Amino acid sequence: MSAIQPSVAQDRSKQASAPVGGSAPNAVGSVGAPIEYILHLADNAVVLGQRNAEWCGHGPILEEDIAMGNVSLDYIGQARLLYQLAATRMGGDATEDKLAYFRDETQFRNYTLLELPHNGPLVGYAVSDRDYATTVVRNFLYGALMVLVWDALEKSPDADLAAIAAKSLKEARYHLHHAADWLVRFGDGTDESHQRAQAAVDHLFPYTEEFWTPSVAEDAAVAAGAGVDVCSLRAAWDAIVNETLSEATLVRPQVRGYVPEGKHGRHSEHLGYLLGEMQGLARAHPGATW
Amino acid sequence: MYTQSFSVPDNAGQKNVAAVPSTENPELMAAFDARIDADGRIEPQDWMPDAYRKTLVRQISQHAHSEIVGMLPEGNWISRAPSLKRKAILIAKVQDEGGHGLYLYSAAETLGTSRDQMLEGLHSGKAKYSSIFNYPTLNWADVGVIGWLVDGAAIMNQIPLCRCSYGPYSRAMVRVCKEESFHQRQGYEALLVMMQGTEAQRAMVQDAVNRLWWKCLAMFGPPDADSPNSAQGMRWGIKRISNDELRQKFVDATVPQAKVLGVTLPDPDLKWNEARQHYDYGQIDWQEFWNTVEGNGPCNKERLATRVKAHNDGQWVRDAALAYTRKQQQRAQKEAA
Ligand SMILES: [Fe+2]
Ligand SMILES: [Fe+2]
Repeated sequence: MSAIQPSVAQDRSKQASAPVGGSAPNAVGSVGAPIEYILHLADNAVVLGQRNAEWCGHGPILEEDIAMGNVSLDYIGQARLLYQLAATRMGGDATEDKLAYFRDETQFRNYTLLELPHNGPLVGYAVSDRDYATTVVRNFLYGALMVLVWDALEKSPDADLAAIAAKSLKEARYHLHHAADWLVRFGDGTDESHQRAQAAVDHLFPYTEEFWTPSVAEDAAVAAGAGVDVCSLRAAWDAIVNETLSEATLVRPQVRGYVPEGKHGRHSEHLGYLLGEMQGLARAHPGATW
Repeated sequence: MYTQSFSVPDNAGQKNVAAVPSTENPELMAAFDARIDADGRIEPQDWMPDAYRKTLVRQISQHAHSEIVGMLPEGNWISRAPSLKRKAILIAKVQDEGGHGLYLYSAAETLGTSRDQMLEGLHSGKAKYSSIFNYPTLNWADVGVIGWLVDGAAIMNQIPLCRCSYGPYSRAMVRVCKEESFHQRQGYEALLVMMQGTEAQRAMVQDAVNRLWWKCLAMFGPPDADSPNSAQGMRWGIKRISNDELRQKFVDATVPQAKVLGVTLPDPDLKWNEARQHYDYGQIDWQEFWNTVEGNGPCNKERLATRVKAHNDGQWVRDAALAYTRKQQQRAQKEAA
């Protein structure tokens, strides 16, 4: 990985908790992805890592408890690298933990899909048993996107981002494989598993529309030559998804209407609870080192 | 991490089973005894007395259950870990404990008992697991203190088991001990950082030590005088060092670590005995220990019910996997036909 030069964003250091876009070159003649775009990737990873870790100790079978812990660990690891990269480029007193723990809900740039609890459609303060089909379908839909995103970013002229992408691509391939395997077992397993998988697909599919509506940060990353045009990935994503759904004997639902806007900072009712839990202890001891 | 439970019978409390009547084939028994006396290993295909097999299944499955139930008290802090680094370390640790459970269930399966049978024992409340996990984790420092003291006590218990007479168990222990040592160092390191931090962080560490210290001493099991199972276990090379000896080793190793850390161990009687060349320590509350072993501790019901719920809620997932595999086999047979 190339050395990171002092950030041009030094003057924004006081705003570490409220990062705005902007790019910092990571090496002479190379292109830097906008910080806001790196944060979008990092927030995706931390939020889904946080969600999947909720299964630790509660998995449907011991082997799967361990496997889901692995997936979660990969996401937290990706989040750390991405936040570290963003923090370095922001300069000042920005750190990975300030970005993860001291930004508010409206500053999070993750897809809404990733913050939903592991159950069907319910309001933010509803309580429900976790449903493994929801977990698997989400990991599948998002995993199918991320193998394409990381594959493209691996070739990014932003060498730091490309290095993270190369590592994350290997992990994403495993995540997709793992989720697709279970999705096929559920779809083509028992009546109950089929019904649960179809319900999860119906519930979550509309949230994937958000993948295909580029945000300002995504557009800026493309303009800077360091990002990926998400819309160009849609056909490949469709192919992965349709093939697996068909093998699983599941039906892809028609989607229309509201398109979620998590990556613009407008979230569901669920992210506030997730962040409240995740950030509470760190925020109770500002300035403490752990 | 591990368990006091070598010497805790599954069903009863303090009342222990009588010595095993020897109705075994005398020739086979003599060969078995000779192998044990020569410090040799017993392997799954070897002949072994029934009582040896039963004792091992009980001990290994209690150990496996402890690993699995032990995921819960620390899992309680994953979502709230105060930094991403600590969150990652904690997820990895809880996952390792699940892995220990897996090796141990596999080791016990070599003795002819299925994982389902063992889980049935746990879920019905018949099989025990380490009582240390029946106490709540009330602040973030509990995670570090569990690593330092509970994994530390587990290592003391388990190092001798790396030389245990049953091959698959001893080999599992070699791998488990390496990981437990890593957990212990990570836990201690997390506490060092907290003790160098704010007043509130130091108070958390001291509070966790105050709550967990005596429970860790009890992890080594009842005093030798009250542990008839231990004698049989020693004879068979399943247990190598007595409860009291292990407990003393743990105290002696931990006191200097506590000093470096800057925490007080909550025992006014804890002091160096020049004559014994060991630390003296106060009276363990065995009444409280047995209460908890018998199911009446602060978290027994929550821990067990949570394991049962995970298992029941996961039934449809396991059923789906099985149904899918069967369908695949049928399809393959049809194609072949
Ligand atoms: Fe451990
Ligand atoms: Fe363990």
